[in-house]
Amino acid sequence: MSAQEEILQEVTIKFAGDSGDGMQLTGTQFTNNTALMGIDLATFPDFPAEIRAPIGTLAGVSGYQLHFSSKKVYTPGDIADVLVVMNAAALKVNIKSLKPGGKIVANIDGFDSKNLRLAHYPDGINPLEDGSLDNYEVIKIDVTKLTREALKDFKELGVKERDRAKNMFVLGFIYWMYNRTLDTTIDFLKDKFGKKEIILQSNIKVLQAGYNYGDTTETFTSRYTIEKAKLPSGSYRNIMGNAALAMGLVAAGEKSGLTLFLGSYPITPATDILQDLSKYKSFGVKTFQAEDEIAAISSAIGASYGGLLGITTTSGPGMALKAEAMGLAVMLEIPLVIVNVQRGGPSTGLPTKTEQSDLMQAYYGRNGECPMPVIASSTPSDCFDVAYEASRIAVQHMTPVILLSDGYIANGAEPWKYPVSADLQPIDVKYKTKLDEGEETFLPYKRDEKLVRPWAIPGTAGFEHRIGGLEKQDLTGAVSYDTDNHQHMIKTRQAKVDKIADYIPLQKIDSGAEKGKVLVLGWGSTYGAIKSAVLELQAQGLSVSHAHLRYIRPFPKNLGEMIKNFDKILIPEINNGQLVKIIRDQYLVDAKAFNKMMGIPITKGELIDVIKGML
Amino acid sequence: MSETLTAPTLTAKDFANDNEVRWCPGCGDYSILAQVQKIMPTIGVPKEDVVVISGIGCSSRFPYYMNTFGMHSIHGRATAIASGLKAARPELSVWIVTGDGDSLSIGGNHTIHLLRRNFDVNVLLFNNQIYGLTKGQYSPTSEEHKLTKTSPYGSIDHPFNPLALAMGADATFVARSMDRDPKHLQQTLTRANQHKGTSFVEIYQNCSIFNDGAFEIFTEKGSKLEETLFLESGQPLIFGTNKNKGIKLDGFTPVVVELGNGVSADDLWIHDDKDFYKAQILVRMFDDPRKANHLPRPFGVFYETERPCYEEVMALQIEEVIASKGKGNLDKLLRGNEVWDIA
Ligand code: SF4
Repeated sequence: MSAQEEILQEVTIKFAGDSGDGMQLTGTQFTNNTALMGIDLATFPDFPAEIRAPIGTLAGVSGYQLHFSSKKVYTPGDIADVLVVMNAAALKVNIKSLKPGGKIVANIDGFDSKNLRLAHYPDGINPLEDGSLDNYEVIKIDVTKLTREALKDFKELGVKERDRAKNMFVLGFIYWMYNRTLDTTIDFLKDKFGKKEIILQSNIKVLQAGYNYGDTTETFTSRYTIEKAKLPSGSYRNIMGNAALAMGLVAAGEKSGLTLFLGSYPITPATDILQDLSKYKSFGVKTFQAEDEIAAISSAIGASYGGLLGITTTSGPGMALKAEAMGLAVMLEIPLVIVNVQRGGPSTGLPTKTEQSDLMQAYYGRNGECPMPVIASSTPSDCFDVAYEASRIAVQHMTPVILLSDGYIANGAEPWKYPVSADLQPIDVKYKTKLDEGEETFLPYKRDEKLVRPWAIPGTAGFEHRIGGLEKQDLTGAVSYDTDNHQHMIKTRQAKVDKIADYIPLQKIDSGAEKGKVLVLGWGSTYGAIKSAVLELQAQGLSVSHAHLRYIRPFPKNLGEMIKNFDKILIPEINNGQLVKIIRDQYLVDAKAFNKMMGIPITKGELIDVIKGML
Repeated sequence: MSETLTAPTLTAKDFANDNEVRWCPGCGDYSILAQVQKIMPTIGVPKEDVVVISGIGCSSRFPYYMNTFGMHSIHGRATAIASGLKAARPELSVWIVTGDGDSLSIGGNHTIHLLRRNFDVNVLLFNNQIYGLTKGQYSPTSEEHKLTKTSPYGSIDHPFNPLALAMGADATFVARSMDRDPKHLQQTLTRANQHKGTSFVEIYQNCSIFNDGAFEIFTEKGSKLEETLFLESGQPLIFGTNKNKGIKLDGFTPVVVELGNGVSADDLWIHDDKDFYKAQILVRMFDDPRKANHLPRPFGVFYETERPCYEEVMALQIEEVIASKGKGNLDKLLRGNEVWDIA
């Protein structure tokens, strides 16, 4: 019997299992396959902090959520339509994020007495059998048994090795369910296991077995198709935030003619950027895995002093350690890009969960009056543009720049209409190599119209000079304890950062009217949730607009004006209210906060309720 | 008309500038500055290619007095900043000026990692066994029981042996000199500069205000010859007012012997600065001179070896990748492996 075909507009699916079950791989494979079909998507990987929490426990559950649609997608989905669970713990952790009536694809073998006990189900209770899931459509598959059976001819493989292919069975089955072909994953497997023929063949075999299982059993009456999304025309690829960020830095290096130097220390969730840039040696990128966070930023300062584009990447705890060196970079007035892929804090906090709670730290978290530009990325692909822009500001304004991303967009993926290098605005950089007309001596702290000082790098004869962390005398850069000079220099450093506002675009309304009742003002990774909530309310005819900040310090010059055009301002953040404080402080408006600090993104549904409450 | 341009010959003065030197009168830093300025014209590096990087402390004012590129950075991080600079610009001659607090206390971590990575830089560790800039607290090299403002009942900290630490971190050049012996200091600095790799030079520096005379026993005429042992590769370890004493190895233990009475220079330990194992013993000749029967304190180059420098290997790796994969193509990178088109 062949299954009935059904066309759906959108689906949110969540893969969940033990961290050893390969759910992240399954999720990314299905994502790539979906992307290559031209379907729009957004993903949300959600993994435990422990690399290998005890098998079968609630702490060890790893999840991967994917929202795909023939319409434009802005978030990984509030709630799942389909939940794939490899064991009892995965069901227990995720059942609350499955919509009523949703489908559960369950691996029966993961619901034996041991797994049930580890998932803290009461003795003798199996949710697959006690009727507690009656409100859902449950598809039970003995994945372990079927995988072993598919591999019965692979005598060379032990039981453990066979069982490792379980996720391929599930993936094959889901491919069948959504009417896909297996090519992308077979290509991936060839790439990964090319030299290990047995492993390659066994994985392909299990993948096909999963697909055929869907085809031959009468599990479903329907297969589903999601059609291509109507995205703007062009060439697309799938991209994750950290990967885009690394590429944005490489692009900035290429288009400025500066060699990149990354000083970094591994830290979740920023490590991928160090790993990616370490691969890009053919671009001349120099990566230095430093002994600690302080050495990481210090080495980058040394490199920038030498005329390279110095970069350091980290997350919150690392930012705390780098603070003193950031102050030095502010005093030295040299280019530096500091990337903070934020995670839950304080202290070690929630390393694998997302949060936007380092904004105040970026804004104010240093000793002394220490202003630095702050810029934030809002989606995975936006990380590319923002990394490029942060580099531009750093070298053109001779300043350290803080780039805020977060764990959610760092690991999330979306289709990306990638740019061609010729379309990227070149980044003009000049070292000081000769005196200008009328200049008699070299003055290291003489400023141009942007209030920017010259970049005279070691090796330039006649421009030998000394700089350091002590207060500088205006113009000469010599050490100065003069009281008037100190006040002047503090004001000048602030004015220099403020002046960047003249060289960035004005703030635009992302959606909605220029005037109205409610302006939802966001920054960073809340973009998708705000966008989709606001669009839905606008469709209902409500007066809501959305503006999303990329430039947080300084703000675009028109932001104050824009805010005044609305009766109410709502600022949703994954923190306890940080941007809202800065906005209130700078514009004296009664902005309202919506705060969620659960280590997970704000959902569209939550926002709709809050905004409606304000209308 | 053709003209041959030759680089003008520089003198020590060319490496000095107009900044008023602000160390206390009698501070050992003056001598060290003078010796560095003296050797600079001889090292064959154009002035603009010399960079002096310091951390925080009295010694770290050093860059301000050098007419080269320089950075007075933050406490303990000169080593890390210099690492980045050298990795970025291998052709520069990078000098790190640091103190016992700067490089062994707050910046200890960066110091050991610099040494193991073997960047081709020179570390001048001004050891005055005290915190001078903050006006007299004990440092990580202060002797036990030392009375200072933060140890009014005597320091209970056990001091570092800086050269043993350097050996432990696989330093490729380990030496000791002193502010009061200009010739020896110049020689040592010159050799440090010639060495390819991280040169670690501990310089005993008198803090005339907060720890005056800390090294007197090694530096002053009356005791110097008895208390110090100047190392020269290929030469026996001989010391003493009349060059009448030597060091012999008894198993792994260095012992003092009197020359004569059947003991000749041939029986003594012959210094070999390439000998890794003996260097470990040599750096351990670190007796407290207050102790009876203590060994003399060695000065000179303890150890020197060759090991690839980080910045060179880093550059080589990039070259190799470019040779095998071709120069990076940004469009290829942006495109990735899998793309699709939307019409
Ligand atoms: S306090 Fe000591 S080390 Fe510092 S400058 Fe004065 S004498 Fe020299």
